[in-house]
Amino acid sequence: MGKPVTETLSVVVEREIPHPPEKIWRALTQPHLIEEWLMKNDFQPVVGHRFDLRADWGAVGCQVLAVEPNKVLSYTWAAYGLESVVTWTLTPTSTGTHLRMEQSGFRPDQQQAYQGAKGGWPRFLAALEQVLARID
Amino acid sequence: MPDAHHLLFRTLADPTRRAIFERLCREGELTVGALTARAGVSQPAVSKHLGVLRQAGLVRDRHEGRQTHYSAQLGALAPLIDWTSHIVGFWQSRFDHLEDLLKRIDQWANL
Repeated sequence: MGKPVTETLSVVVEREIPHPPEKIWRALTQPHLIEEWLMKNDFQPVVGHRFDLRADWGAVGCQVLAVEPNKVLSYTWAAYGLESVVTWTLTPTSTGTHLRMEQSGFRPDQQQAYQGAKGGWPRFLAALEQVLARID
Repeated sequence: MPDAHHLLFRTLADPTRRAIFERLCREGELTVGALTARAGVSQPAVSKHLGVLRQAGLVRDRHEGRQTHYSAQLGALAPLIDWTSHIVGFWQSRFDHLEDLLKRIDQWANL
């Protein structure tokens, strides 16, 4: 996306899943299946497609950024005035798939993203964890 | 996002400010002079950043003679940590649902 990511706060969730990437890909990209585990939607695996994820508490506005079948799926995720990007990465393993979800771009101040930076949020949080561990 | 989170995020979004806060976390109590020595910005700029950090509750100042000593207040980070774990919790539960679905797809195939 060409933007510096140094000022980005991101959340990563990863899991080993005992199913092949092709099957997980279906669950990530077919609307009736997405609805089963995430939210109601009008998703299409087409770059540039805009869609909504709808829940009782409101809707998330999304746009597809990247589609690499069985490998990478990325879309924007706008909710509560926060712009972020959700990226799914599927890596085949001997027992199934390593599934990784990264939600990044929680930038409270967009302009800060364009300033030169010394270390980003992830490094900051890592450093913080070390500090907190020492205190315990 | 609640205002408290917004203030905290805005405050820490600035790399210079975050670096100052990180140094206070690592090195404990420091004066403006000590902080300026390695901040790469002027003393007035450091003072201004400290003021913003103090408003967000991230640093506390202590006067001793003519010197002011600043220290990090890690408790003020709680909303950031809570919020991050909230997002992680959301996705963990979605992963659970996804795994359930993948199991069910197998059952459909076996019907």
